[in-house]
Amino acid sequence: MTPAAQPLVSIRNLEVAFQAGAKTVQALSGVSLDVARGEAVALIGESGSGKSVTLRALMRLHPPRRTRMRGEMIVDGRDVLGMNARELAAMRGPVVSMVFQEPLLALDPVYTLGRQIEEMVRRHTGKSAAEARARALSLFERVRIPSPERRLQAYPHEMSGGMRQRAMIALALSCSPKVLLADEPTTALDATVQIQILLLLRELQRELGLSIVFVTHDIGAAAEIADRVAVMYGGRIVEQGTLADLLRAPRHPYTQALLHGRAHGAMQKGQRLQTIPGSPPDLAALPPGCAFAPRCSYAEARCREAVPGIVPVAPGHEVRCVRV
Amino acid sequence: MNGFIDARPPAHPDLGGPAQPLLSVRGLVKHFPLKRDFLSRRGGGAVRAVDGVDFDVKKGETLGVVGESGCGKSTTARLVMQLIGQDRGELVFDGVAVGSRALALREFRRQTQMVFQDSYSSLNPRMTIEDSIAFGPRVHGSRAGEAITAARSLLGRVGLDAQRFAGRYPHELSGGQRQRVNIARALALNPRLVILDEAVSALDKSVEAQVLNLLLDLKDDFGLTYMFISHDLNVVRYISDRVMVMYLGQVVELGPVDQVFDAPRHPYTQALLRSMPSTEPGVRTETAPLSGDPPNPIDPPSGCRFHTRCAQARAACAREAPVMTQNDGHAVRCLMHQPDSGYAASGALS
Amino acid sequence: MTDSVASLAAPANATPIARSPGYWSNVVRRLRRDPVALAAGALILALIVMAILAPWISPADPFQASMLKRLRPIGTEGYPLGADELGRDMLSRLMLGARLSLFMGIVPVIAAFVVGSAIGILAGYAGGWTNTLIMRVVDVFYAFPSVLLAIALSGTLGAGIFNAILSLTIVFVPQIVRVAESVTTQVRRSDYVDAARASGAAPLTIVRAHVLSNVLGPIFVYSTSLISVSMILASGLSFLGLGVRPPEPEWGLMLNTLRTAIYTQPWVAALPGVMIFITSMSFNLLSDGLRSAMEVKE
Repeated sequence: MTPAAQPLVSIRNLEVAFQAGAKTVQALSGVSLDVARGEAVALIGESGSGKSVTLRALMRLHPPRRTRMRGEMIVDGRDVLGMNARELAAMRGPVVSMVFQEPLLALDPVYTLGRQIEEMVRRHTGKSAAEARARALSLFERVRIPSPERRLQAYPHEMSGGMRQRAMIALALSCSPKVLLADEPTTALDATVQIQILLLLRELQRELGLSIVFVTHDIGAAAEIADRVAVMYGGRIVEQGTLADLLRAPRHPYTQALLHGRAHGAMQKGQRLQTIPGSPPDLAALPPGCAFAPRCSYAEARCREAVPGIVPVAPGHEVRCVRV
Repeated sequence: MNGFIDARPPAHPDLGGPAQPLLSVRGLVKHFPLKRDFLSRRGGGAVRAVDGVDFDVKKGETLGVVGESGCGKSTTARLVMQLIGQDRGELVFDGVAVGSRALALREFRRQTQMVFQDSYSSLNPRMTIEDSIAFGPRVHGSRAGEAITAARSLLGRVGLDAQRFAGRYPHELSGGQRQRVNIARALALNPRLVILDEAVSALDKSVEAQVLNLLLDLKDDFGLTYMFISHDLNVVRYISDRVMVMYLGQVVELGPVDQVFDAPRHPYTQALLRSMPSTEPGVRTETAPLSGDPPNPIDPPSGCRFHTRCAQARAACAREAPVMTQNDGHAVRCLMHQPDSGYAASGALS
Repeated sequence: MTDSVASLAAPANATPIARSPGYWSNVVRRLRRDPVALAAGALILALIVMAILAPWISPADPFQASMLKRLRPIGTEGYPLGADELGRDMLSRLMLGARLSLFMGIVPVIAAFVVGSAIGILAGYAGGWTNTLIMRVVDVFYAFPSVLLAIALSGTLGAGIFNAILSLTIVFVPQIVRVAESVTTQVRRSDYVDAARASGAAPLTIVRAHVLSNVLGPIFVYSTSLISVSMILASGLSFLGLGVRPPEPEWGLMLNTLRTAIYTQPWVAALPGVMIFITSMSFNLLSDGLRSAMEVKE
């Protein structure tokens, strides 16, 4: 990484804890991640791994009173953790924006899509109403919504799932952000629509030089879009590397188990799937050592004593495991 | 089966032998009428959720059902379970018409059970796990003590420790555990056919693998027949013997799973299979196989319902509705494969 | 394939099943941690005890009139809370009055709960024309403001406690039917009811086993919020001469008869109103606490 190519997003040792009554839920326990300009990074993990929390932490979307964050998050040279409310509002939209899993919940049901985009554009760029409308139209064309003029007048519930997701992407792009955060944007979509949205995101990444952080539990979706992949478990990144690294040579036992546990066409009829015994850890009571040790078939005594450090196994490929 | 005591009501006898399909569905139609909107010009019409569906489920097989939003697969499942009544069409279970004197609905319901997608809302939040499982048998006459014992035994069979779970409530269990309970509940009546409606879709991948293994074990041990509805094509390929592809309320392709997946005949099936993301790092999908969204079943296109999105459509496809044509166990609803259709002679679609 | 029904003898060393506390024990547990609900509950309990023991613990005879001691202020010798317009001890009358006031607050709500739930659950589960018929009839009653309806019914039926309770019950039934129907319709649509139908259960069995346990809770909470309304309406009816008749002590009636004393002994005249206020507030706070305790899904 040359000095000129500073990462656009730099997260160092991020810790996020939620106060839930008497319990403290340690959602993230030291996450470090870099995203370069124009790079697409996929965060893969299951429920409770911390992937959505990481995304929301980047935009400081968690309720401040119940959330404790430590560590460092630098986005486009600015320290996000140190921002006040006004700086945050100025960042959300023009620098970073987010696409959610369920557009029906994320879009305002009482305003037309056109109005919502115009509002966002005018709030951040001060353009006139006519200019904002033109911008909305060009955005809808860019995300390939058919009959864009008519669709701008539509309400979210009047659109189909795929169209809504495109509209949400258009909304997210309205202030030309540098980073697009996507929280499982295709999980709720049909297969034929999912591939369209994934291709659209890839196209936008190329044309606009957009950086994308894509959260998913589906390795297939990640494979279509990501340049680099980070696998999360129990609030930590357990393996990070290029897509090829992770798909061809996964080193962390959890990554290996995830890949081998998938049903795929080459399997024999009746052959049982390889499963990971046990269940994900309780984030309110994390074990002292490696969070995956209780379920790991290679676990040793030292795995349970201390959290494994990050070990590079190849250029750009890191694993959090004592056995490599 | 390691200590499993089968205390369930006895299974039903096999009536027709292995050659007779366990379930035969003919001409199933279900339309949901739309309320007339008096204030606007629109109104009337109906959502044609299931519009003429025929298929068989063979004894001991797993029939996979795939399709996207609006294809009617969930409605078909509910029609088979008779949770909703069909407008037209008949169900024949092991040679006997469902609802006839020979097979009353109540009896049919002992032999066919369903596992739903949402593991939480499928369980009564105010009932303990064992009571939920024991409910079905008690409805059919089992005594409370027997039913509870059988329920606890079933819990063990699906991989849940009865001591830990029998007295608990649904909200205390994880999604995977709840789905195991739902499976135990479905098995409590000793059914022959189990319909799994997106039963593993809402689970994490690692939990999904565990539950799929369980389903395979149970199928072998109890000689069950499955109808497995899912949108996940990999899982369907893994678990099914035959697969049925649905589009806009109709069956468009039905055949042995490997044949359908390796050599799909219907253009929609081809597009659906090509939409699966490639997991080869160097190989990326460049163009989406299908554009647009799955259409609305309110006003399906004329002729072949897929012709508006089909790359190989011709003028005949807009006029003529294709029928299912069989070819060595692999049926497809497409004019291209229909020898006497007007497809070959037709000009291009305008 | 295991087809045979094996012996059902339980193993000799069966370990006990872990039982979770049921839903209601959790509700009680949460209520115990709610100071406001506890205080309100304690107050209501105290009032009920006071009402039950009134004849034995009241300092004087509530019916003993004395023309010499009319409208004595609070703190008079022998009359701790003063004397009413006929010289009767206010404290004793307030204590005994609690009986009728609480009675007329609680009984109509209980009656309406039973009748309203039955009708509402029927409408909610049956759906279709049954539902439409029942709900539109209910809508007719709903169109009248409660107070007007109570007065009209009471006036038609005549004065007296029984008629007052009857008319209040009729006022509350439509409201409870509405809530019951709405909750039942929601429950009716859930997957577990479908699963119960799929196992061949008859509608009545499903209602008994699955619907009731999920539906009675919210209806009950709503009903407790009606107790304070019932008390106030009953007091209003008595105030208008339509409910309790003198010389029976009842807070609303006492407010009526002490009306003119506002100019001479305002504090004494206000006392029955204060009691109504305290009691209905307590019921409201308890009802709120109950609703919060029942809503939380762990």
